[in-house]
Amino acid sequence: MVVDFAAAPAASCGARPPCTGPDVPDPGPAAGGGALPGGGVSGGARDCVPPGPAELPDGPGAVGEGAGRREPEAAAVEITGLGYSWPGGGKVFEGLELRLSRGERLFVSGPSGCGKSTLLSLVAGIMLPDAGEIRVGGRSLAGMSGAARDRLRGDDIGYVFQQFNLVPYLTAIENVLLPCGFSRARRTRSLRQGGTPALAGRTLLERLGIPPGLHGRVAARLSVGQQQRVAAARALIGTPPLLIADEPTSALDEETGLAFVRLLMRECERAGSSLMFVSHDGSLASEFGRRLELGAPAPPAGG
Amino acid sequence: MQRFKTLMLLAARSAWNRRFTLVLVMLSVSLSTALLVGIERVRSQVRLGFTGAVSGTDLVVGARGGPVQLILYAVFHMGGASNNIGWDTAVMLASRPEVAWTVPLSMGDSHRGYPVVGTSAEFFSRFRYRGGRELAFRSGKAFGDVFEAVLGSEVASRLGYSEGEEIVVAHGGGPHARLHDDKPFTVTGILAPTGSPVDRSLYISLESMEAIHIDWQGGAPIRGLNVTAAQARHFDLTPKTVTAVLVGLKNRRSVFGVQRDLQEYRGEAVTAVMPGVALDQLWGLLGGWEKALVAVSLLVTFTGLAGLCSTVLAGLGERRRELAVLRSAGAGPLDVTALLSLEGLMLTLAGIVSGTAALTLATAAMAPWLLDRFGLAFEAGFPTPREWLVMGGILVLGILTSLIPAVRAYFLSLSDGLTPAG
Repeated sequence: MVVDFAAAPAASCGARPPCTGPDVPDPGPAAGGGALPGGGVSGGARDCVPPGPAELPDGPGAVGEGAGRREPEAAAVEITGLGYSWPGGGKVFEGLELRLSRGERLFVSGPSGCGKSTLLSLVAGIMLPDAGEIRVGGRSLAGMSGAARDRLRGDDIGYVFQQFNLVPYLTAIENVLLPCGFSRARRTRSLRQGGTPALAGRTLLERLGIPPGLHGRVAARLSVGQQQRVAAARALIGTPPLLIADEPTSALDEETGLAFVRLLMRECERAGSSLMFVSHDGSLASEFGRRLELGAPAPPAGG
Repeated sequence: MQRFKTLMLLAARSAWNRRFTLVLVMLSVSLSTALLVGIERVRSQVRLGFTGAVSGTDLVVGARGGPVQLILYAVFHMGGASNNIGWDTAVMLASRPEVAWTVPLSMGDSHRGYPVVGTSAEFFSRFRYRGGRELAFRSGKAFGDVFEAVLGSEVASRLGYSEGEEIVVAHGGGPHARLHDDKPFTVTGILAPTGSPVDRSLYISLESMEAIHIDWQGGAPIRGLNVTAAQARHFDLTPKTVTAVLVGLKNRRSVFGVQRDLQEYRGEAVTAVMPGVALDQLWGLLGGWEKALVAVSLLVTFTGLAGLCSTVLAGLGERRRELAVLRSAGAGPLDVTALLSLEGLMLTLAGIVSGTAALTLATAAMAPWLLDRFGLAFEAGFPTPREWLVMGGILVLGILTSLIPAVRAYFLSLSDGLTPAG
């Protein structure tokens, strides 16, 4: 399992092309990837910033000094030494390092089965890693109870799926407002977004190209493209620091998909949310500041 | 609060979205409730009808014997009296200072399986059933002359009799009883239904009872003696014996004193029974069927709730996607559990309310028919405490049952996370 650089072909296990771009902001974790037993069944993951877009902002608080940590402000996501194996024994990640600054946008790609969704589930706190640490907004998931991780996810993470993102029997606007019903933080922040949660939701929907006439329409009766945009509005309401998108364009045609990605990125920027965008469609990668490519899954440990 | 409102909205919308399936589930709960509450109503009505078969009567007096036997033949006209009591005893009873009224009863004859009771016309004004209700005539009036009869409502409706009908009384009971066919009776009145043994009885005067037995002795006509109905009127028709006497006291508190006096009465060996106490005893003996009914209805309720459980469980598979979406929007597994419990609660509540309402409407609509046909007197009204208990029990069971799919959803959404079924 391997990290790859934007231009490199999806690599098979063990292949580890050199990182040609400028180094990641935190060289420590990146070096950790190299410290892994080389070659072997599963590689560590390293991420690189492509040469194109230069350094991404490291968050506004760059001057302030955090105690004990090198980052001035907690990163949106920080993964150190992540290890995870399938229940059957096959290793998915070993020694994965990843740091996503506030407002940064990361494109994660790789062949199916390489653990893209697993990575997202780990970051979202749905699954727990076998080794290593994941911090979201500076808070370590490992030390949290399941309920606390649920709360963190509700408060700080917006999530967009591949498709069937919406509760089919709720209207578009009701779907958008759902996170405000479960998370006080999202609700409170949505007030800043638009006065009332409903107003914030409607504004978001309109900015994402859902006209007011469709706000009251039941989700099941929206087109797939509209559904994805409603899902994006739901993920963005209450400005969560992190937005996770799991193949959100795979049900859309190329053109709509690209438009969706641009909309999503624009709104992420406006909300100040970091974005972790998973897709197998490498053509979208150029829209992103950074790219993380995961390799094929390692064979089970026993075989 | 916001969370609860969200869950309520979700539960209501989700239920509405699956309304056709859920209506079927609700109907099964509704049926269970209607059945269980209905059985409770029948049970309490039967009990009321039984223990209220005679009320307002302070003592039932008959020949010395067991109190239950006395009640069985004096009130329910079942079985026979081993002995009658003398008319002088009945006269003595009526003349006691504590006694307000007496109604003598004379039994033994029948008409097509229904008991014929000889009594005084006072019976119709004195007799009470079910906590003090009075007898009423559906049509006609009380007997006046000899050879006139009043019919209980069931006798009239089953045999198709109306006023003016001529009927013949059989001596004793059974299919081969000999008929008093030389002295037919005319029906003068038919009683309104009561849900008590009165419905299944025919009433004639004591004098009529005497008259049809003038030329009989020891259960058979006296050979060679033939007294016509017209001739019989000229005999002294004062009864020589009666089977039992219903006694009403001026003051109920004197009942124990009178009872004790009668046990020690020297003129004749008599037994005086307080009917309420004896009826309760008798109900205790017969009450086993109550438990059987309750057991059957509990089974039906379990079946209904199992239907609820399995439908919600079956629907869970299709809803995994939906639950994952909720989790991605910030719902925890406990929220998912609460959502499904809420759904179960709403379904059960709707089932209970609709079932009870349907039952109440149905019994109200069918009350006259039920009373006439089965002697079940249903009163429309607010649910009784026991019915509330039954409904509360169903609610609790429903909530417990809906916890099964709810807990399953909890674990499903724990393991599924945001990516159900692959």
